[in-house]
Amino acid sequence: MELTPALYIIVPLLGAFLIPVIGHFVKGFQKVLTVLITLFLVVYNIWFFVTGFDAPVVTKVGGWEAVNDVPIAIYLVYDGLSAFILLTICLIAFLSAFYAVGYIKRFTAENNFYALLCLMIAGMNGVVLSGDIFNIYVFLEIAVIASYALVAFGTEKQELEASFKYQVLGGIASILILFAVALLYWQTQTLNLADISVILQEGTQTTALIFTEVLLIVGFGLKAAMIPFHAWLPDAHSSAPSPISAMLSGVLIKAVGIYALLRLFFNIFVITYEVSLVITILGALSMVVGVLLAIGQWDLKRLLAYHSISQMGYVIIGVGIGMLIIQRDGNMTIAALAIAGGLFHMINHALFKGLLFLDAGAIEFMAGTRNLRNLGGLARYMPVTSSTSLGASMAISGIPPFNGFFSKLLIIIAAVRGEFYLLAALAVFVNFVTLGSFMKFMRYAFYNSDKSKAKLKTDRLPFTMKFSMITMVILCVLMSLMIIPYFREIMLTPAVDVLVNTSEYATKLIGL
Amino acid sequence: MNGMSLIVKKVTQLMSGLIFMYGLYIITHGHLTPGGGFAGGAIVAGAFILLILAFGSKVISLRTEKSQTSITESLALLIVIILAGAGLFFGSYVFFNNYLPEGEVGELISAGVIPLYNIFVGMEVSAALLTIFLGLVIYKEEVAS
Amino acid sequence: MMVYIMCFILFMVGLYGVLTRRNLIKIVIGFSIMEFSCFLFLALIGYIENGLAPILKEGMKNPVYVDPLPQAMVLTAIVIGLATTAMLLAIAIRIYKKYGTFDIRKVNELKG
Repeated sequence: MELTPALYIIVPLLGAFLIPVIGHFVKGFQKVLTVLITLFLVVYNIWFFVTGFDAPVVTKVGGWEAVNDVPIAIYLVYDGLSAFILLTICLIAFLSAFYAVGYIKRFTAENNFYALLCLMIAGMNGVVLSGDIFNIYVFLEIAVIASYALVAFGTEKQELEASFKYQVLGGIASILILFAVALLYWQTQTLNLADISVILQEGTQTTALIFTEVLLIVGFGLKAAMIPFHAWLPDAHSSAPSPISAMLSGVLIKAVGIYALLRLFFNIFVITYEVSLVITILGALSMVVGVLLAIGQWDLKRLLAYHSISQMGYVIIGVGIGMLIIQRDGNMTIAALAIAGGLFHMINHALFKGLLFLDAGAIEFMAGTRNLRNLGGLARYMPVTSSTSLGASMAISGIPPFNGFFSKLLIIIAAVRGEFYLLAALAVFVNFVTLGSFMKFMRYAFYNSDKSKAKLKTDRLPFTMKFSMITMVILCVLMSLMIIPYFREIMLTPAVDVLVNTSEYATKLIGL
Repeated sequence: MNGMSLIVKKVTQLMSGLIFMYGLYIITHGHLTPGGGFAGGAIVAGAFILLILAFGSKVISLRTEKSQTSITESLALLIVIILAGAGLFFGSYVFFNNYLPEGEVGELISAGVIPLYNIFVGMEVSAALLTIFLGLVIYKEEVAS
Repeated sequence: MMVYIMCFILFMVGLYGVLTRRNLIKIVIGFSIMEFSCFLFLALIGYIENGLAPILKEGMKNPVYVDPLPQAMVLTAIVIGLATTAMLLAIAIRIYKKYGTFDIRKVNELKG
């Protein structure tokens, strides 16, 4: 059987609906099935990479062929960028699911947890694969509705409040996106991304189009928690169960926020100076304000959530610089470098921030609190957690052998060579503040005077939690290999090519 | 939850069967007339909700009913996914392929797999709406007590 | 043109409700109004004056159909809207159970 991208959506959906039926009668079925499904997705994804694929692989749902080059079916498009982000999603999903097997025991209703997790994975995969703007909206809603329920999973006061806040803001974002989809359909009479792209490249910039772009930036910006729209993120990400925090912070804001922005503004719309400037400024604001807000936090997971905003700022300025350079017809190699830095930081951030949230979960599992003031001296009791957090902290604050250093370096080199000196200086400054913030985390949690000895709930972590944490820290180191040209060409370069050759997406798809 | 007065009970008794049949009609004729799985499923769920509201029920029996509806919902969705995924193995080997014979336009048994999708989506929607309703009712009872 | 402006006014009414009301249920209602203004807009962009329902019948010559695609989109979006509203109400009821109130000013455990 040939490669079919539809499996990325079918398999997790099957899992999501099998679990409530069979898991009701067979004990332990849900854990095994979720882990197997996510493992299958990772292997399938790596197999795609290894066999090498002639991008893009297109599935026409329902088998409706295009008539006179006008697409009729819903397209599922698997190209370099989708492959890259799918790998991130499936990898983090597998590790989080495996971690959850040990962690989630303290909650009731495990069936619902795993079913919603599968549903969320299906939704994110759908967003990344969809070649049709309305289906991006549909799958986005599947993913975020599952995440609303997962944030409220603890059903305590804080979780419920965070979930309600998240739902109201996320819902407003969804409505704005739907409104933008309607406007776009009104102007182009089609929903297919490639078709819209062809029509928009020929047409002129009308007021309605600019309004649509603003709506899309606000809508997806709310989903991606850029700084003026960030209010829901620290609450939601700190209230969710830890494996879900890792998923939300690691991949959800990237898949439904950043990916959609990249796909729409690089491949569909004509890149204009105003849009690229707005995106770059939003990125720089997120980067600086996020880290400044993180300084004063004493709740461990809130601190990490604010750092998520800041690190997403790096990704956004990376692609923003790329957009600005492409827009002024500058040097394409610098644009490619900046975008490569942004995308590379995306997968790196998914790994190290996922790991940090898993560590926070392990600390909460053992010590029963997340408040840094009540912790201390944990290094002696939790050697695995402390050493993996040390690795992740070094990765996030850009210490050389770890992956964070290389992606930040790429972004800063691109900024300097593209003559955005202020952005480069800000990126370096933010990096130092991040380093300080994580030194505080390491000191208060693991190395300070011993305060928490008597309060430890259990004395050892389940194997699955340790396994996920150790795998992730190893991946954090291995990811730095992506800087070597051979590995870069397998994974990073196809993704960057999709974005740099802005109009190629449409021309490749329209003839199929 | 208490039931309502005798008049409401009697009228519901008379009407709910008709509403249920009308929902089934909408579901099965989804490929010929406006309507289909979602609209018909909502009507079918309405018939059940009317009965529960009019006659009242104990919280415990509502709970068992809720677990049954949620299983039915998942099962129906599972069948829809399997029907869609079967398209990968028949005909032109794509997801959501219409692999059954299409028949004549305007007849009840036509349009390939679409009536099957309608039936199972209708089942799913009615079960899902009932689950939501039962969930909210159970919470209300718990808060009140 | 007037109908589109009415649509926009409806959106603003919903947004006003979400932003100014203090009761969780009223926020949900405002939210639904916003959603439905959007559905209305979607249905309107597919409408053609004197258009017929897009169903094929025998013996029709060059019929003018309304655009069926926005209608399909509205149906899908209504299903999603149902899910969001149900989710919001479920959380609102849970909050009522924990805090004993629907007043959003009293639901303020999280800050900063």
